[in-house]
Amino acid sequence: MSAFLSIDNVSRLFGPKLSTGERIAARLGAKVETRSVRAVSEVTLNVRKGETLGLVGESGCGKSTLGRLIAGILPPSAGTVTIDGAPVMIRGKKVTTRVQTVFQDPFASLDPRMKVGETVAEGPIAHGLTTRANSKNYVAEWFERVGLDPVWVDRYPHQFSGGQRQRIAIARALAMQPDVLICDEPVASLDVSIQAQIINLFLELTKGLDLTCVFISHDLSVVQHVSDRVAVMYLGRIVELGPVAQVFGTPAHPYTAALFGSVPKLVLDADELVHFDTIEGEVPSPLSPPSGCYYHPRCPLASPQCRADAPPTTAVSDLRSVACYNSEQQLGQVSPQK
Amino acid sequence: MSDPVLSVQNLTTHFFTRAGVVKAVDGVSFDLARGEIMGLVGESGSGKTVTGFSLLGLVDLPGRIVEGSVKLNGTELTTLSSAELRARRGREISMIFQDPIATLNPLLTIGQQMRLAIGAHERLGKRAALARSAELLAQVGIPSAKERLEAYPHEFSGGMRQRVAIAIALLHRPAVLVADEPTTALDVSIQAQILLQMRTLAAETGTAMIWISHDLAVVSSLATKLAVMYAGKIVEQGPTAALLKAPRHPYTAGLIASLPAMATPGTPLTQIRGTTPSLLSLPPGCPFAPRCDRGSHACTQKPPLTLDGPRGWRCFHPVGHPAGALT
Repeated sequence: MSAFLSIDNVSRLFGPKLSTGERIAARLGAKVETRSVRAVSEVTLNVRKGETLGLVGESGCGKSTLGRLIAGILPPSAGTVTIDGAPVMIRGKKVTTRVQTVFQDPFASLDPRMKVGETVAEGPIAHGLTTRANSKNYVAEWFERVGLDPVWVDRYPHQFSGGQRQRIAIARALAMQPDVLICDEPVASLDVSIQAQIINLFLELTKGLDLTCVFISHDLSVVQHVSDRVAVMYLGRIVELGPVAQVFGTPAHPYTAALFGSVPKLVLDADELVHFDTIEGEVPSPLSPPSGCYYHPRCPLASPQCRADAPPTTAVSDLRSVACYNSEQQLGQVSPQK
Repeated sequence: MSDPVLSVQNLTTHFFTRAGVVKAVDGVSFDLARGEIMGLVGESGSGKTVTGFSLLGLVDLPGRIVEGSVKLNGTELTTLSSAELRARRGREISMIFQDPIATLNPLLTIGQQMRLAIGAHERLGKRAALARSAELLAQVGIPSAKERLEAYPHEFSGGMRQRVAIAIALLHRPAVLVADEPTTALDVSIQAQILLQMRTLAAETGTAMIWISHDLAVVSSLATKLAVMYAGKIVEQGPTAALLKAPRHPYTAGLIASLPAMATPGTPLTQIRGTTPSLLSLPPGCPFAPRCDRGSHACTQKPPLTLDGPRGWRCFHPVGHPAGALT
């Protein structure tokens, strides 16, 4: 498989910044909080050119952090991210414009005191993709591309609805002519009837511009709809990766199966209330994760081996991999999805 | 059907703002039987939360209930004084909110807060109050409930906090519980646990529930009947299964069709065009008409409520119904 975007063994730790005094105190055995959270833990992913990779998981699983590492917003603690062989960051500084991000909340991501046309033009002018003189035309083109009326470039963000703002945010990202687009919950804050419009726009643009995409969402049905492959995260680790239809159809990891099983599904021809399964317990604190496989305290298939050692990521088939000792047993079970 | 515990007739709540009158709730009617769960679905700004607030008399100025009646076990609530309302709120009708962080007092232990909630309506000794609190916490699925009474809200996870809020709302075994998006901020695995628990609780305690949500899938897994709101009006209501199987209102049909789960992956989704209208400047007739593919000249008038057995809708051209034929 030829990788275009490659994420190689990337980890990110968040910990308290210790002063020299605190560090000495900790060394001498004083009670100083030195624990850190491993938000993303040794993640390796390869995304092909033009592919959309879905990233799912519950809140706190590290999917947004991973998105920011790929986008070059956060430097990784270890590992590298490369696009077409070129690194995204060098010594903690972003060195490419080939990756851009669309964020969840279009109310927070646009400067309220800047005209939206200026917001979209700012990056392309700074990086020489257009000139200040020509920027109006350049922005108008992108406005049309995302379904906005080009005469709106002189308006301010508060004059737009949520859906329109998200279109502006998409225009801003695409005006930088990126090869890779990171979408962090781009439809989560939109109304249901607007969601469909933005998803359609996304599908049209990624195909039309041959964009490579990482699509982060907690909404499994959205991810299923837009992605080619999907990665399931749990407490900073990728537990399962594979083509959408396979992962959703026959999950190989017990967590994937349980996650899909607990989503309320809209069944149109049910005569009674739909039954859905629940996962026992809660996600453990990332400050003190359990030993071995992080999922073992909630897992119905957990064995002593799961408690002792973290399972390695193994290939199930060509494009599929899973980090579980009992994936064969899981694959043998009847899938929760109909 | 026996007498409803809650009967809402033509409830109308307006906000009198400087920009004009906002008709947030505009003639909402429904009945709720003992132990019944009704899902109230709508997009942001459709008036579902204000409906919930109106039921409990929690609407603040510049908002006011201008018309209609809310009868709880036969008592009219809209004409009660605030003291009389206060005596019923939390005892006969209570509410839970989306954000459990904002509903719990960070400075008091869970046990103290629950005792205050009990003390608001009845005199009960400390030991008995704590015993009842622990019992309720256990009922909503909090492990080692007795010990947890000593804990502060920040020591709980989001899901556990919402369970505490639910337990407090249920302390007096209210006849009606209004739940405003209580699982929206929670993870799916926690949401599933709470939804299942609520189903059981409604059946066990006989508490009727109004479950407000923007998520059709969530309410349909819980509620036996649904009401769909658009621009302050219930545009369609009926038993969950029948409504989902054959939606009559084009808005309901459009909402269902636009869900990603309804389409083949990778293909364009069916979308509803346009955006939700501003409640300040609604079109004169059907509020959905400008976005509707089935609109006709008739839609410049306000569509009346059409009743068909347990179902009802406000549309001149209902989907899949002989009356809806487009001429």
